[in-house]
Amino acid sequence: MPTATYDDTVVPVDDEGFFTEPDQWTEAMAGQLAREQGVEDLTERHWTVIRFMRAEYAAKGTGPTVRVLGRTSGVSVKELYQLFPKGPAKTAAKIAGIPKPRGCI
Amino acid sequence: MSKHIVVLGSGTAGTLTANRLRRMYDERECRITVVDQDDDHVYQPGLLFVPFGLAQPHGLVRSRPRQLHDGIDYRRARIDRVDLDADTVHFAVGGWLTYDVLVVATGAALLPEETEGLTGPGWGEKVFTFYDLPGAIGLHHALERFEGGRIVVDVADLPVKCPVASLEFAFLADWYFQRCGIRDRVELTYVTPLDGAFTKPVAAKALSGLLEEKSIELVTEFTLGEVDGTGGRLVSYDEREVTFDVAVVVPLHGGAEYVNRSLGLGDELGFVPVDQHTLQHLSHPNVFAIGDAAGLPASKAGSVAHFEGEVLVHNIGRFLAGQPLDASYDGHTNCFVETGFHKALLIDFNYETEPLPGHFPATLGLPLLKESHANHLGKLAFEWLYWHNLLPGRELPGIGSAMPERGKNHVHV
Ligand SMILES: Cc1cc2nc3c(=O)[nH]c(=O)nc-3n(C[C@H](O)[C@H](O)[C@H](O)COP(=O)(O)OP(=O)(O)OC[C@H]3O[C@@H](n4cnc5c(N)ncnc54)[C@H](O)[C@@H]3O)c2cc1C
Repeated sequence: MPTATYDDTVVPVDDEGFFTEPDQWTEAMAGQLAREQGVEDLTERHWTVIRFMRAEYAAKGTGPTVRVLGRTSGVSVKELYQLFPKGPAKTAAKIAGIPKPRGCI
Repeated sequence: MSKHIVVLGSGTAGTLTANRLRRMYDERECRITVVDQDDDHVYQPGLLFVPFGLAQPHGLVRSRPRQLHDGIDYRRARIDRVDLDADTVHFAVGGWLTYDVLVVATGAALLPEETEGLTGPGWGEKVFTFYDLPGAIGLHHALERFEGGRIVVDVADLPVKCPVASLEFAFLADWYFQRCGIRDRVELTYVTPLDGAFTKPVAAKALSGLLEEKSIELVTEFTLGEVDGTGGRLVSYDEREVTFDVAVVVPLHGGAEYVNRSLGLGDELGFVPVDQHTLQHLSHPNVFAIGDAAGLPASKAGSVAHFEGEVLVHNIGRFLAGQPLDASYDGHTNCFVETGFHKALLIDFNYETEPLPGHFPATLGLPLLKESHANHLGKLAFEWLYWHNLLPGRELPGIGSAMPERGKNHVHV
C-alpha cells in the first residue's frame, strides 16, 4: 500500500493518492493536499465543501457525486467547478482525506 | 393473515415482483395491488434500435395490466405521495391505499429540463434523446435525413439507466452509416463524465478499444453544464466545448417526482435508500425498493431488477412471517452490449467482482467481454424472454440471482 506524508505524518493512500484511512486526516494537512491539486488558497467556500464531504462520508461511507454536492452542500455545481476546477467531487474528496467517491455504475 | 402488499410502479421491477408474490401467496393470505400512472408498458431495451429503423415503435408497447397474473389488483392512478408514518399512499386525483408492506418500483425519471438549454432551441431538431419513445422516433427521422457531419453521443451525468446503452448507440451509429455508405462523411464522438468508456477498469479498457477500432472519438470527464442547440455546442462545467450537428444526449436521471414529496422516503436525487443486500428501506422496515427506484451502488438495468426480484420476494415473506431477513442480493448485473455488424459482447459482474473476460454462465457459455454473433442473438432473444419469462417472474434456466463465478478469468490491469 503506498503512503504519502502530510504535516509530517505518514498516511496510507491508494494508487491515485486518495486517503484509505480518513481518520488519519487532519485539517492541517488540507493546505498541502490542496496545492497538489492546483488549488492555491483554501477559502471559507472551499472549507464548506470539504467539511460537507467529510460529514457525508461519515454518514454514508462514500463521498457524494458533484450532482449531489450541488443539491445539498449549498454550493452550486457551477461554483463547485470554480472552486475545484479539476473536478469537484474527486478533488474535494482528495483534499478532505476521504476515499475516491464510488460514484455510480 | 390477509395482508395487503402495495407495489408502486408496473414497469419491469413492479410487474415481476407482483407476479412472484402472487405465486408465493394465495389470495386469502395476501392482497396485492399494483399502481401505475398509465397502461402502456414499453420494452425499453428496444428503444436503442428504433433510431436505426431496427425496431418498430408499436412493437415495443404492450398493456401493463395484461402482464399481471390473475388475482392482482391493478390501479391506474398517479401517485402523489407516500405517508410513511400512516402506511398510506395518496393519489393525485384523490383517494388513497393503506399497506402492510410497500414495494417502491417507480423507476428512474428523465430530467432533461435540469440541464441548461437542453430542452431549449434545437430540442427535437438537432438535440435528441432515445431514452423515451417519442425521442427515439424523432431521432430515427433525424438520422434518415442526415447526410454527414458531427454526431455527438453524450451522457450528462450518472446515474443513468442502462449505462451501456449510450455506447451501444455509438457502435450502432458507426454500423448504420457504413451501411448507408456515408461513414466517411460522419464524425462520431462519445462524451462521458467518467474517466474512461465505462466505470470498471477491465471493461473500460475493452470498450475504449472498440471505440478506437470503430474510429469513434472518446472525450472523458465531461460533465454537461449547458447545451447550445442553435450554435451546436455542448459545454461542460469546466468550460470545455464539443461541437455537433446532431447531439444524442442521455439526460440527468432522478427518482420519480413523488418520492421527493414523501417525507423520509428518498435521498437527494429521489432514489430510495435501501440495504444493498436485503433491499429493505434503511429506516422503514415495511418498505422495500427494487429496480431503478432503489438507491444502490448497482447498475440501473432490467437484469438487475430480475435478479433482485428473487431476493426481494423471499425477504418480504420473511418480514411478514416476523422472521429476520436472510436473502442477500450480491449486486449481480448482466448486460449485452450491441456493437453493430450483428455482434454483441456480454458483461456480467456484481458489487465485488468487476466485469471479467471468460464465459457465461460457465466455461462452456457465451463469451464475456468479447464480440460474438452468439451474444447478438442473445440480445435479440432477450425481448422474448422479457415478456414471457422475466415479467411473469419465472426463473431463467441456469441463470440465478447470484453471479456465477465459474467461467470467469480473473485478470489484473
Ligand atoms: C434505451 C434503454 C435501453 C435499455 N437497455 C437495457 C438492456 O439491454 N438490458 C437491461 O437489463 N436493461 C436495459 N434498460 C434498462 C431497463 O429498461 C430499466 O432498468 C428497467 O425498465 C427498470 O425497471 P423499473 O421497473 O425499475 O422501472 P420502469 O420499468 O421504468 O418502471 C417504472 C414505472 O413506474 C411508473 N411511475 C413512475 N412514477 C409514477 C407515479 N407518480 N405514479 C404512478 N406510476 C408511476 C412508471 O409509469 C413506470 O411504469 C434500458 C433502458 C433504456 C432507456
